[in-house]
Amino acid sequence: MAALTMQAGAELDGFTIGERVYRGGMATLWSVTHPGIDVPLLMKVPLTSEGEDPAAIVSFEMEQMILPRLSGPHVPACFGTGDFERQAYVVMERIPGQTLYKRLDNLPLPYDEVRVIGGKVAAALAGLHRQNVIHHDIKPSSIMFRERGEAVLIDFGLSHHQHLPDLLQEEFRLPYGTAPYMAPERLNGVRDDPRSDLFSLGALLYFFTTGVRPFGETETLRGMRRRLWRDPYPPRKLKPDYPPWLQEIVLRCLEIDPAARYPTAAQLAFDLGHPEQVKLTARAQRLNRDSLGTVWRRRFNLGAVPPQPKSNVAAQLASSPIVAVALDLGEGTEALNATIRVIAEQVLSTSPSARLACVNVLKLNRLAIDRSHDEQGQNKHVDRLVALQHWARPFRLEEGRLTVHVLEAIDPAAAILEFAAVNLVDHIIIGARQNSMRRALLGSVSAKVAGEAPCTVTVVRPSRLAPQADDDEAADHQAANAAVTPPSVF
Amino acid sequence: MRLALFADIHANRQAFAACLEAARTRGAERLICLGDIVGYGADPEWAVNTVMDLVAKGAIAVRGNHDNAIGTPSDSMNADAQAAIDWTRSRLSAEQKVFLAGLPILREEDNRLYVHSEASDPAKWRYVRDTSDAARSMMATGLQITFCGHIHRPGLYSMSSTAKMTSFVPTAGVAVQLLTGRRWLVVLGSVGQPRDGDPAASFAMFDTASREITYHRVPYDVATAAARIKAGGLPLWLADRLLIGR
Repeated sequence: MAALTMQAGAELDGFTIGERVYRGGMATLWSVTHPGIDVPLLMKVPLTSEGEDPAAIVSFEMEQMILPRLSGPHVPACFGTGDFERQAYVVMERIPGQTLYKRLDNLPLPYDEVRVIGGKVAAALAGLHRQNVIHHDIKPSSIMFRERGEAVLIDFGLSHHQHLPDLLQEEFRLPYGTAPYMAPERLNGVRDDPRSDLFSLGALLYFFTTGVRPFGETETLRGMRRRLWRDPYPPRKLKPDYPPWLQEIVLRCLEIDPAARYPTAAQLAFDLGHPEQVKLTARAQRLNRDSLGTVWRRRFNLGAVPPQPKSNVAAQLASSPIVAVALDLGEGTEALNATIRVIAEQVLSTSPSARLACVNVLKLNRLAIDRSHDEQGQNKHVDRLVALQHWARPFRLEEGRLTVHVLEAIDPAAAILEFAAVNLVDHIIIGARQNSMRRALLGSVSAKVAGEAPCTVTVVRPSRLAPQADDDEAADHQAANAAVTPPSVF
Repeated sequence: MRLALFADIHANRQAFAACLEAARTRGAERLICLGDIVGYGADPEWAVNTVMDLVAKGAIAVRGNHDNAIGTPSDSMNADAQAAIDWTRSRLSAEQKVFLAGLPILREEDNRLYVHSEASDPAKWRYVRDTSDAARSMMATGLQITFCGHIHRPGLYSMSSTAKMTSFVPTAGVAVQLLTGRRWLVVLGSVGQPRDGDPAASFAMFDTASREITYHRVPYDVATAAARIKAGGLPLWLADRLLIGR
């Protein structure tokens, strides 16, 4: 009997079993050690004896398939798996600390604290979705945090991997998951839409900021199905001081139609990171739920909803990139900036849900003390924001898709790189500095960005026909163009 | 051991040669041919000789319905297929015909079953179209993994210990571990006449140690394969469909 081997002191494939640290309905967790592995380890062992829930086995199989393929800071590292022939197990990194479940007694939490937590979880989801996996059980008890602050998602037993068989697909008649957080489309058997995770995170944000679960605590299928037509009370109804930007974010996550939610977790993380730039719509101020007419139309047109084509996680993410354009706003940059606009338009035209973040770096001198005002007493920071808005106006993007950012930094390239990393930017578009004197003095920002960025970088040079900003630079300019046909893509 | 599995070669020399090369570069140690070496394509002599040679060196091959129809005329084939079989028959030597007629219809190896169409009644040449077809085949064998072809579209089915079925269209190049807790039906795409919309040739590799199956797509010289079909006087649709993978 396989289960008998699980006791303290026993050895399994080189892992020495320590104490049992948890016993749940589907699995037990054991502390284990292995020579040569320094990080603390946990062995997860499914309950598979007679009469156990068959879901325990299937969800364990899913975790066994998915966890070893995942990487990055947002998941526990996997150190080994064992199959059902002998003793099924998964050995993973033990994340210290508690899950978010421990915070339930303290709800509601301050708005800004929830904003920060939500931003970390959204970044973790972005990392997971990029690996073609949908978690499908986002809830407080599946979220932990590393000491450095990154959110770690645990429990992949209900997850869906775009490139692996979905063993949960036909196993159960009822959707498997945690009722208060489950997205409405899950009730219709949809398991391949990453925006289901954004709904769950929205339910968590709602709960953590109001102390109330948006869809109550119902566990029945009938009760859960109500969310297919009935929207929750707007948080402002429960808490009059609820910030409009936060209600905008939360209610957008909780939209019944996945297409009305954020297109990607990265875009949600972006809004949580820049609350002052959240585009407020009618959602932000609502005090009441949808009218009964709307609700009844939804309810009795359920059958009329056309079947959704199978979604492709990777394609969906690719159609919704965060594009950052780094602009130099100094003298003589007009021609270059016009070319950058052309290139950015081309990128945006193929990505209907892309977001555009326009970034300018306000360079600080190491010794500068008063840096916010120039001689005229004008606020440089505000001037630059206005200039960025002006540059972006021809795109005619809906406001929610455009943000402008002035970064203050000593090293512009480092500031752009950090902005890209923190905001999960997919594509940086940057101009190559043409002024040889400045480039000689300052080094090439675009070269450093192109060399070190965590994402795609397009380095733009003005077209050959554009008028020269400075005749002295003609030779330098030609040399640059000779080397790389504009625009060059790295 | 790394197995390379090929189904529905259909006398397509360019596609089969490309797949064999791709399998060699991936370290294939044992070759399995899942039937339909001939039919449709313009190079049956080369295809049969190549498989005969591989079998002499230890490869496994089973018989497909087109291989079968060379010696035992079928009354259930469509007109194009029938025309191609008659054309092919006239090209093959007596030795090649004996080889095709002598291929086994099923082969077992360890915990694996190799068959052209499916396992419940292999001589009936049924297609595995969905989970119920897959379940019927899986119920008919006690072996854990069945490999088959015949439908020219890749698919991967599993059956849990409680007889629940899953189906999956595999992604080329992504290894899937065939978990020991369930039974699996691995349906290969076609080497020589893909019908899933992708004209690239299809084969798979299976690692018996890690139990990982990886489906591969191999681009090959489709234009030459199609031109040879036209030049040989075979039905034109058999050439055109290669270009679109239908």
